[in-house]
Amino acid sequence: MSLAVDVTHRFGSFALDAHFVSDGRLTAFFGRSGSGKTSLVNIIAGIVRPDRGRVILDGRPLVDTDQRIFVPRHRRRVGYVFQEGRLFPHLTVRQNLQFGRWFTPRRERHIGLDQVLDLLGIGHLLDRRPGALSGGEKQRIAIGRALLTSPRLLLMDEPLASLDDTRKEDIFPFIERLRDEAEVPIVYVSHSLAEVARLATTVVVIDDGRIVATGPPANVLGRRDLIASHGAGETGALIDAVVAEHDPSFGLTTLRSPAGSLQAPHLDLAVGTPVRVRIRARDVMIATARPEGLSALNVLPGVVTALDKTDEGLVEIGLDCGGVRLAARLTRKSVDALHLAPGRQVYAVVKSVAFDREALVRAPGFAADATAYSGQR
Amino acid sequence: MGHLLDLSPQEWTAVWLSLRVATVAMLASLPVGIVIAYLLARGRFPGKSILNGIVLLPLILPPVVTGYLLLLSFGRKGPIGAFLEQHFGIVFAFRWTGAALACAVMGFPLLVRSIRLSIEAVDRRLEDAAGTLGANPAWVFFFITLPLILPGIIAGMILCFAKAMGEFGATITFVSNIEGETQTLPSAIYTFTQIPGGELGAMRLTLVSIVISMGALVVSELLARRVGQQLWVE
Repeated sequence: MSLAVDVTHRFGSFALDAHFVSDGRLTAFFGRSGSGKTSLVNIIAGIVRPDRGRVILDGRPLVDTDQRIFVPRHRRRVGYVFQEGRLFPHLTVRQNLQFGRWFTPRRERHIGLDQVLDLLGIGHLLDRRPGALSGGEKQRIAIGRALLTSPRLLLMDEPLASLDDTRKEDIFPFIERLRDEAEVPIVYVSHSLAEVARLATTVVVIDDGRIVATGPPANVLGRRDLIASHGAGETGALIDAVVAEHDPSFGLTTLRSPAGSLQAPHLDLAVGTPVRVRIRARDVMIATARPEGLSALNVLPGVVTALDKTDEGLVEIGLDCGGVRLAARLTRKSVDALHLAPGRQVYAVVKSVAFDREALVRAPGFAADATAYSGQR
Repeated sequence: MGHLLDLSPQEWTAVWLSLRVATVAMLASLPVGIVIAYLLARGRFPGKSILNGIVLLPLILPPVVTGYLLLLSFGRKGPIGAFLEQHFGIVFAFRWTGAALACAVMGFPLLVRSIRLSIEAVDRRLEDAAGTLGANPAWVFFFITLPLILPGIIAGMILCFAKAMGEFGATITFVSNIEGETQTLPSAIYTFTQIPGGELGAMRLTLVSIVISMGALVVSELLARRVGQQLWVE
């Protein structure tokens, strides 16, 4: 998959000027509300015609104003899962699901109804009407409906925004399976750092109608200048690791990462499974000597790379631990007491319990055991 | 003069003629009504307010004026009437088809208004969603828009039918009051009131029109409730 976008568009006083290329399996558009994420997705879907520019999907232009190309939305084969579901109220769930499939040429139907019912767990809802469904069920059907058109690209605009946290947890595994098994590239819009860190293989950061960064999540989401200033909440580091061994007697799992080995609460995953760990800056302590007699199990040696004052009078320390970028949030008093400065050799200390469910997710691309996390919720 | 429920042949003729005229008026104006309502609800073109005014005009003008205008344009010597007779052999003047045309014109504003309001109430984001699922604009209209505006269409049809059943002024001005051809229920009642001893006939036809009107109202309620249930409740 390759998606290249280079467009400018004005909506009243808001100007969108976006330029990026992505070949990721799940490209996350990340930015605060009103930054232009949805407008950009609407341009890719063909709901909005841009004033100027190009959208190229796998070498084929969907829009090219210079060449006067504008493929209408019904011929783009781009699936769209809307924030509010938008199921058709006058049709049953089955008819909703089959709606797009009906318009898909027979030889291009790669995805079957049984496959989608199985993936999303919605088989028991087929004869119901949308009015009688919960928010989570509606969203799963909206995803299924878009998938059944066998799209070349699937757009998901904040599909979890209207759901509460429990419902979100119900849907996450489905999106992860979709990313890893369905072989449909996804563009995923979100203003939630946790969602993006969990799902993305490529992150596109959007601010005020412009793209301010593009790249793998570990590079983009660790940058405090990008994340904190865009109202996204707390910063943290993303570490790609592998399950190394299990210790059943203590209920712990050891993960191997470039930064060193990490102990996490037991994970129901086979040895060798890649995982992605998000370590929030507030969960990291700093020691200037290797600590002894400490309850925390994870001690990673590293070098201070940067000191950033935050708005709340705290300092965020950038660390380099064996090539992995890590962040720690400390008080100014601690920074002074420890004489922290760039280049200083330190130890980052992380409690194992910091790896809760939100912080530890299966890495993209590993399809074998999609439901591993559902057991330890 | 006979029993209250025992309709004379002349009265039966008037009842059947009225039903036929109203049904034809309603059905013939429906497709045009949907197109015009769609244009008024969604279209952006110069002269939209003029089109809207022309559609609503029969609601505001005295019916006799509408009937007279129809006579001027659709009569045998009128420009449209002469053209239609010459090229298609269609004659409206002093025929039941003329009565149907007069009823259709009078009921049209009610039909269009009802459908237009329901089109304006449709969530266009559903139509966008159908587009991204591969439906071209025509399919979107038939599979999404049309089913969603069905309650408005039914309501408009009933209003149009009821208006046609009661139309008097435009009909009598345009096609006169010819028994068996253009003498609809209201014209027949009017005729009975003009002749001595006609009260019982007028009364019988009055009862018939009450029954038909109530029946139309009940049917529309039932239909609207059924469609509404399918859409929103459960």
